[in-house]
Amino acid sequence: MKKKALIAAFSAVAIAMALAACSSGGSGGGSSVAKNCTNKIVVKSAPVVTVWAWYPNMAKVVDNFNNGHKDVQVCWTNVGQGGDEYNKFQTAVAANKGAPDVVMLEADHLANYQIQGALVDISKYGANSVKKNFSEGAWKDVSVGTAVYAAPIDGGPMAMIYRKDIFDKYGITPPTTWAEYQEDAKKVKAAGGPLFGDLGSNVPAVMMALQIQKGATPFTYDPTKPKNVGVSLDDSASKDVLDYWGGLVKDGLVGTQDQFTADYISGVVGGKYATYISAAWAPGYLSGAGVGKGADRGLFASAPLPQWDPSNPVSVNWGGSAFAVTTQATDKKLSTEVATGLYADPASLEDGWKNQVIFPLNQGVLKSDAFINAQVEFFNGQTVNKDIYIPAENAYKGFTYSPFQVYYYAQLQAELAKVNGGKETGSEAATAVQTSVVAYAKKQGFTVTG
Amino acid sequence: MTSASAIATSRSRRASRPPLSAGQRAAQRRKAFTGWMFIAPFGVVFLLFLVAPLLYAFGLSLFTKGLATGTQFAWFANYAAAFTDPSFLRGVVFVVTFSLVLIPIQMFLSLAIALVLDAVTTRFARFSRLVIFLPYAIPAVIGAIMWGFLYSPTFGPLGQVFGLFGGHAPFLLDGDHVFGGLINVVTWQWAGYYMIIIYAALQGIDPTIYEAAKIDGAGPLQVAFRIKVPLVTNALLLILVFALIGTLQFFTEPAVLRPVSNGGITADFTPNLYSYTTAFSYAQFNYASAISFALGIVVFVCVYVFLFITRKRGSFLS
Repeated sequence: MKKKALIAAFSAVAIAMALAACSSGGSGGGSSVAKNCTNKIVVKSAPVVTVWAWYPNMAKVVDNFNNGHKDVQVCWTNVGQGGDEYNKFQTAVAANKGAPDVVMLEADHLANYQIQGALVDISKYGANSVKKNFSEGAWKDVSVGTAVYAAPIDGGPMAMIYRKDIFDKYGITPPTTWAEYQEDAKKVKAAGGPLFGDLGSNVPAVMMALQIQKGATPFTYDPTKPKNVGVSLDDSASKDVLDYWGGLVKDGLVGTQDQFTADYISGVVGGKYATYISAAWAPGYLSGAGVGKGADRGLFASAPLPQWDPSNPVSVNWGGSAFAVTTQATDKKLSTEVATGLYADPASLEDGWKNQVIFPLNQGVLKSDAFINAQVEFFNGQTVNKDIYIPAENAYKGFTYSPFQVYYYAQLQAELAKVNGGKETGSEAATAVQTSVVAYAKKQGFTVTG
Repeated sequence: MTSASAIATSRSRRASRPPLSAGQRAAQRRKAFTGWMFIAPFGVVFLLFLVAPLLYAFGLSLFTKGLATGTQFAWFANYAAAFTDPSFLRGVVFVVTFSLVLIPIQMFLSLAIALVLDAVTTRFARFSRLVIFLPYAIPAVIGAIMWGFLYSPTFGPLGQVFGLFGGHAPFLLDGDHVFGGLINVVTWQWAGYYMIIIYAALQGIDPTIYEAAKIDGAGPLQVAFRIKVPLVTNALLLILVFALIGTLQFFTEPAVLRPVSNGGITADFTPNLYSYTTAFSYAQFNYASAISFALGIVVFVCVYVFLFITRKRGSFLS
């Protein structure tokens, strides 16, 4: 009898101890930084700053930084591209624990985290020392008044990537207007050619940029008055652009495949799409996935983005990113040093732009002869920087993003999927997005203006 | 008596009414203590990993948090919002419809296979039993990824099959076909498991009943439908409740297939997926907790209604 009670008590204690061991092991992992670095720490004695980023050449960039610094070392993890990283970062922000010291964010997501108090004003920690490396516009994109919330790395000036072999075969030249784009699409289809482009529902940022190109102003938001936001997602420009793409889908002129998926990449490789409306960093991601390396080597070319009004061209942007310091960073000064110094050395930048995984914003590169006159291999030696991307970047005026950009993108994505499925027209999609985003903004406590 | 188990202890306590001496009472306290100690390992895990998180989540669900307003105590405002939220309601309608279609298909398939396997006793039957059960042994996430590739318009076999007849294969995850596409995945995953449950129940039936039936002149079909099926009703009810609860909380397959569905699976596709997105993408942990509890209420009501309807036919849970 007694023996049994003892055994029971003992096993209970043992289990409790095992559980306690589990939980203490877990929290131990969180408090000690730099346990699961993807990279090697070169200077073991130096303090470590943790970084999340998904640049395809990040391993090289981190090694360059660590080899060049004795006072600080970077511990880098790739927790996913875009949305995957944002979900993890958002969770860490909400939990007030688990975020890295420095995080890679796209410009359109800065307001989203800044309003939650998740980002540090790095101008207080000496970030202004690198201000001279960037254009006024690029610096403005990461600033709120005099506060600076990230160090810019790359931009995403948009252009039209196209398959030269397909254009040659069907006797067309790159369209300069969206009307021509539609004409050419019809021509290629009538001749039995492939799809002319693709409307992926999972890249709503592209749709937003194309709407802005026609004169839409989706959001007005001044972070110094954080409770007021203007939402205008169903004006005539927004509707026109959605209707235009909805029409292309309806006529079977463009595909409806989500991008960055295996199906899409294999389509790009196989010449299923004649054009790819995309940003300057796209070739790097495409070639990283195997595009332009086999039978389709040297078949790609780039042309300026088609315009609505060729006499008044508008340049737009997709993606581009920056390093922000999180409020959870243990040493904010050191983290700022990393945010402003990582991916800022000439070797890393050169590796980035040569592989076209970034379109650098660093003026030293932008104005260098090597960059301007580079004959890009992916585009079969075309001097795309000089001819297309640098002029596009110089003409880009900057966007204003909302503090709930993640929610807005999810709504636009759902409506784009409906347009792709023939369930609704572009105008209806615009109205639906406006309704749901306004309702959400009000629920979040914002004062919404049109 | 000294070797009696905790269960026997409680039973004997109820039986022995006469007043106890001090020594007897002490002995009984010791026995009660022994019982609690046996429960303790489970109890600790239960409290720590089920009750505590539930209470915490319920606490969260009573607050609201806006990006521009901060956190406020709001009583049941989140629940009022959830039950009027079109995203949540659409998700509930979807999972209920999905259950109504999926469960009969699954039950019919698993029952039919179990009856056949029970009647046939060759080596082939044993092999089939294993193969049909196999999908359940594959983790749901792996299974979903696999189906994602099978459904792919580029890599999947459907394109080639339809190509033979000069047709275009439908994409089974787009807005129009995703319902059927997911029914197929879930049936594939679970029918084998349910089949094993029914098969085990069939094996438990006393074979003398079959002999008696045969003597009375019953054919194999009559044995199957008049004897076997009624005798495994309890197993059928059990898997029905499992399937109902599982389907109402549908999450894994849509979550895994979402990136390859070309937008056919939205962020608010099922209530669980909506709750997940609300918490981890939109940072609305309070509202997400409320959605989870609201879903819990829906599941509870559905299961209760179901058990109420079937209370006379089976002894399960009655």
